[in-house]
Amino acid sequence: METTMTFTPIASTLGGVLIGLSASAMLVLNGKVAGISGIFGGALRPRAGDAFWRVLFLIGLLAGGGVVALVHPQAMSPSPRPMFVVALAGVLVGVGTYLGNGCTSGHGVCGISRLSKRSIVATMTFMATGAITVFVARVLFGGWS
Amino acid sequence: MKQGLTALLSGVVFAVGLAISGMTQPSKVIGFLDFGGAWDPSLAFVMVGAIGAHFFFARRAKAMKTPLFADGFALTDRTKLDAPLVLGAALFGVGWGLGGYCPGPAIVSMASLAPATLLFVFAMGVGMVITRSLVRGAA
Repeated sequence: METTMTFTPIASTLGGVLIGLSASAMLVLNGKVAGISGIFGGALRPRAGDAFWRVLFLIGLLAGGGVVALVHPQAMSPSPRPMFVVALAGVLVGVGTYLGNGCTSGHGVCGISRLSKRSIVATMTFMATGAITVFVARVLFGGWS
Repeated sequence: MKQGLTALLSGVVFAVGLAISGMTQPSKVIGFLDFGGAWDPSLAFVMVGAIGAHFFFARRAKAMKTPLFADGFALTDRTKLDAPLVLGAALFGVGWGLGGYCPGPAIVSMASLAPATLLFVFAMGVGMVITRSLVRGAA
């Protein structure tokens, strides 16, 4: 695994394939969309009978993260931004994914694979505003670094 | 039982995939979004790999009456483009560019116990709960 800021097409493709296979198991076996913001949001205030699989999927994410933290901790670095920016970012991601019904996984992977028009528009939109935000942060604040 | 095990194992595989792909390194994510700077296109390959793998199974699922372990598919039938979709996606993108985290990698990275990551996930939950109550209140 490459952990520096270098070009990693093979590792990134391989990781992507694992993500796609995980989403496929959730869809073909359980009939669910592996959209993380939706799974997380739904687990925060669950409806009866709809919490169990969400909690187990989230436990799986944390367990997988735990394995990575033990085996290859460099693969998980904290955000380079100051804490107040990270907090603001978290709120915006929460508000935005709730309003827009999805994030990089639900829209960007699952929705696009199903050729959903909503997901294609959502993905183009968050890629665009994400790029603009990074640009503005660099020009105005030097990326806070 | 089978559904629970599927969810648990899918979560593990999803997390490992995110970590191998580089998505759990916010500075790499920011580098991917930095088209005007030292652009690192690696993370475009995550989408290539993920969509490439999922596209086939998504088509397969469309041809199935029910999933193998459940009574039905929990898929949205919404097709209309509307303001909440675009506004929400736009706000999400701003947050993604600011912090370098989207929801999946942030939750996975909680295992590192880094304060910034824990703060991000907490703030994300607050954002979701607040929006939910506002949307419900307005409806």
